[in-house]
Amino acid sequence: MSKILEEAITVVSPEHCKGCGLCVISCPQDVLFQIDGFNSKGYHPADYTGEGCTGCGMCFYACPEPAAITVYKKGAEHDAA
Amino acid sequence: MPKKLVLERPKGFYEKFERKPGDKSNTHYCPGCGHGVIHKLIAEAIEDLGIQDRVIMVSPVGCSVFVYYYFKTGNIQVAHGRAPAVATALKRANPKAIVVSYQGDGDLAAIGGNNILQAANRGEHITVFFVNNAIYGMTGGQMAPTTLPGMKTTTTPYGRDEDNEGPPMKVSELLATLDGPTYIERTAVWDNKSIAKTRMAIRKALQCQMDGKGFSMVETLAACPSGWKVDPKNQYEWMLENMQPFFPLGVKKDIRDERESWHRTPRDNSAEEVSEALDLNVPDPKLFPSEYKKDSYRNPSIKLAGFGGQGILSAGAMLANSAMEQGYHSSWIPSYGPEMRGGTAYCFVNISDQEIGSPTVSHPDVLMAFNRPSLEKFEADVKTGGLLMYDSTIIDVEPTRTDIEVLAVPATKIADGLGNTRMANTVMTGAYLAQTGILSREAMEQTIPKALKRKNLVDANYLALKAGMEFVENQ
Repeated sequence: MSKILEEAITVVSPEHCKGCGLCVISCPQDVLFQIDGFNSKGYHPADYTGEGCTGCGMCFYACPEPAAITVYKKGAEHDAA
Repeated sequence: MPKKLVLERPKGFYEKFERKPGDKSNTHYCPGCGHGVIHKLIAEAIEDLGIQDRVIMVSPVGCSVFVYYYFKTGNIQVAHGRAPAVATALKRANPKAIVVSYQGDGDLAAIGGNNILQAANRGEHITVFFVNNAIYGMTGGQMAPTTLPGMKTTTTPYGRDEDNEGPPMKVSELLATLDGPTYIERTAVWDNKSIAKTRMAIRKALQCQMDGKGFSMVETLAACPSGWKVDPKNQYEWMLENMQPFFPLGVKKDIRDERESWHRTPRDNSAEEVSEALDLNVPDPKLFPSEYKKDSYRNPSIKLAGFGGQGILSAGAMLANSAMEQGYHSSWIPSYGPEMRGGTAYCFVNISDQEIGSPTVSHPDVLMAFNRPSLEKFEADVKTGGLLMYDSTIIDVEPTRTDIEVLAVPATKIADGLGNTRMANTVMTGAYLAQTGILSREAMEQTIPKALKRKNLVDANYLALKAGMEFVENQ
């Protein structure tokens, strides 16, 4: 079931992430981090702390990979929310 | 444009990247690479501007060689540095296309330096996205024209020395001095603000082309963490500290508002205009032979070969021109060494009652050999059933092929008898006319005065032509 988000969220696809960390640097709210674990390519993928995203999209534009980051702004539909 | 609620993989990208088996969703770029960011901004702009079915991306050589695997647009990949030339052709042939040349700094500023300069100067209606990371990335981190002073690369292990290698080349400033370009801006991807500015600049550059306002280029300073040996987490700081002082950001030229929208209309010359320019009197109806002496004489590909100075090129040009006087299609291509006399000289002539596809001739129907090396070198190339003519005065060997027609013409001797050995070419031409009948003596006689710079030789060449024809007719 999808629902309308009341707060923005950032979703990182761990298998698409190459662990460069640019999204972490770009985030004005400091709500992204790199996990200690690895993805299948051996990178430490980024993740969202789960709280505080404003949906500004800075991380989306800083990220060099087409599919690694998706930002759902407040009011967007999202399945897993 | 409605505000997007979801920022996701732009539709300007393919759903799958079919570059190699396995992972079809990631790019091949290194972690932190500036190309990925710029790709995303372009793909998003293509989607938002609604031009996806009009865009043709021109991929360069360099790290971004695989642009064509990523953008769901028209794609072509071209030789190193030549993207602006190919983009020029694409745009001129398809004026409605949005042609985008994507190039790195090694490709654009070094190998393709002149290509970008000329395309910008012509004000080509193309958009160039120039990614400047101050280094050759793909080949292993060599110095580029844009490499920073003191910067260590594999080819400047002690750092780029301005006294020895010169200072970094500022391409945007350079091109902005030209009258041709309409919009040139340098941007960067080194923090959120600069990325936002790059995003806007990319849209402006594409819009410039959509509006028919001419050449646009965005130079974007981008990171090569692998080439620089900098951790991606520190690349922004590195860029601000090292690149910013040498490559000032900003709009270098923008005359979009002053320029009217214009489109190049290719000049389509009528047959009459071509005839006038070439001083031709194309007959109507065309003066083709009613029948050919042999089928193989029809629509010949001819190779003339000899020493420079023997009139090889001018004999070929006279054949091609007199063919036009009769209404044939014809082509002529010379091939010669730098020597005016004594070097090798070849030319290729095609004469046809059909349009000619390729003007080159590798297997001629007719070979006219004016010296021994040419006979020995090209005899084997003549098509079976073809015609080999050679100057038997100065070639002291005979052809060995038995599957071709051979005509020995003592052209130099005949010309000498007329007082000028240098007319051997015209004698040979006359022999060809008499042998094949595909060209008329009248057409050739119209051509000779136009071809000869020294008008006092015209009458002598008429005699040489006649003598060559009579040699064959009396055999």
